[in-house]
Amino acid sequence: MAFDKMELQKIEVWDGNRAAAQALRQAQVDVVAAYPITPSTPIVEGYAKFLADGYIEGEYVMVESEHAAMSGCVGAAAAGGRVATATSSQGFALMVEVLYQASGMRLPIVLNVANRALAAPLNVNGDHSDMYLGRDSGWIQLDAYCPQDVYDLNFIAFKVSEDHDVRLPCMVHQDGFMTSHTAQGVHTLTDDEAYGFIGEYKPMNDMLDFEHPVTHGVQTEEDWHFEHKARQHNDLMTKVIPKIQAAFDDFEKLSGRKYNMVESYDMSDADVCVVCMGTSVETAREVATEMRAKGIKAGVVGIRVIRPIPFFEIAEALKGAKAIAALDRSSPNGAAGMLFNEIAGCLFNTDTKALLSGYVYGLGGRDLTKAHLVSLFTELQKNVDAGKVTTPLQQFIGVRGPKLSFL
Amino acid sequence: MLEIRWHSRAGQGAVTGAKGLADVISTTGKHVQAFAFYGSAKRGAAMMAFNRVDDKVIMNHEKYMEPDFVFVIDPALVFTSDVTVNHKENTIYIITTHMSTEELAASQPKLAGKKVYTVDCIKIAQETIGRAIPNTPMLGAFMKISGMYDIEFFKESMKRILGKLPQKIIDANMLAIQRAFDEVK
Repeated sequence: MAFDKMELQKIEVWDGNRAAAQALRQAQVDVVAAYPITPSTPIVEGYAKFLADGYIEGEYVMVESEHAAMSGCVGAAAAGGRVATATSSQGFALMVEVLYQASGMRLPIVLNVANRALAAPLNVNGDHSDMYLGRDSGWIQLDAYCPQDVYDLNFIAFKVSEDHDVRLPCMVHQDGFMTSHTAQGVHTLTDDEAYGFIGEYKPMNDMLDFEHPVTHGVQTEEDWHFEHKARQHNDLMTKVIPKIQAAFDDFEKLSGRKYNMVESYDMSDADVCVVCMGTSVETAREVATEMRAKGIKAGVVGIRVIRPIPFFEIAEALKGAKAIAALDRSSPNGAAGMLFNEIAGCLFNTDTKALLSGYVYGLGGRDLTKAHLVSLFTELQKNVDAGKVTTPLQQFIGVRGPKLSFL
Repeated sequence: MLEIRWHSRAGQGAVTGAKGLADVISTTGKHVQAFAFYGSAKRGAAMMAFNRVDDKVIMNHEKYMEPDFVFVIDPALVFTSDVTVNHKENTIYIITTHMSTEELAASQPKLAGKKVYTVDCIKIAQETIGRAIPNTPMLGAFMKISGMYDIEFFKESMKRILGKLPQKIIDANMLAIQRAFDEVK
């Protein structure tokens, strides 16, 4: 079956959803099984339209729920195809059971997640609750800060996920609405460049290879379960980071755009720094530059790869900082924030004795303004000057009502 | 940095307008951003869309904006919402209305002393496109007030962006853009 190529402008004005849909087209995904949900809907809608218009040779499977969507993806991946889908929020939550099936069965599937709050109360706007819900699921998780990142990281996701040494599914996260529905300039690859970068899909242990019968979805009890899980964890801990690095290097050669496990901005001499994810990284970079003009040596660290956590790279990025703020866009619901805990773990056995404080912000799409970040950097500088954390360890940014703080 | 806020009702094309404008500006080498607040996302509900334009890559993703231009593409929103919120001293307003600029300023005291231009994008859209989709005429008016681009260049660019629509609709949009360019006061 033939398909048409599409002529793209060198720079297209795309929102994050469009960027993801175009990447799925250029990857020539064989099967998308999807149950659309705001704000990720236009990703699978886009794939369906490209397919109907003859730009893709593939199949769009309509299903009755997100649980079925991911189940369809598992089936198609086990059969031996390149598979992707997209979801958000409640849809992601409904997929969770099957997310563990996909990673445990070592199936390379790419899931675009337009991050959105989890009910109740119902909310369609962007925060990182769904992203955090997936972090023990055995998937690789990459985080985009803008539509360009969404486009580029989809190619990285296919390349790493489908590598025969990896064989693990991969999520590409973007902020719901703030990236998914925000149009910005995206530097494109030609169809040939993009497909050439990922390469043709090479099946492994595919069920449609009748010459070599295999079993998928087995039961293992106390005899073998632990070995399977340990091996999966081993591969996440040892094999994935080098493969991502190699893919980042190859991608830089192709596009000129450089990605890192941990993105450090103005960190070489930073006294105070903010660690965050999503669009907040870029807003914080802009504010950090402005703080430097006011005499505060500010820097920003963005986590690009959330799972597997780039443990040593985070420690390296933060080694010179005197005060660090960990910003979590998800309610920890009875604990310190995830980034607070991860960073504390990364730094605990090192010589870095930076002052670490945690902040919860932006739930349900609440705006993180530049003014918030100016106050935050100023507060961190006060910590540096005092030689101790002068505030409670956990505070909330941008919530109305009495000031909330804990720990 | 040039910043624009659109006041619209869901379904009137503010998001399409904001994205179309961003697309045109992007072809001239500038960096752009177009986004929206959807709120309850029901057709007819008041909503806002936004444009940012700069010579450097735009990294600011805050939704808060003190706009240089405010576009109001539904005539009632001047009265039912505060179109002057977070304004600057020199914010310029282009407002869809059947009233004259003086009549409008007199009926909405918040606009007193502000730089206000008016044009009836709804009427123009109805008479050219045949539907009350006031987004493209607003861009024609913006070209006149801002002097951002030559109107012929802008229309040619919009033809490419509207490319997938039937020729009749594209032609009607060109007429609408030109009329708003000519009629804004």
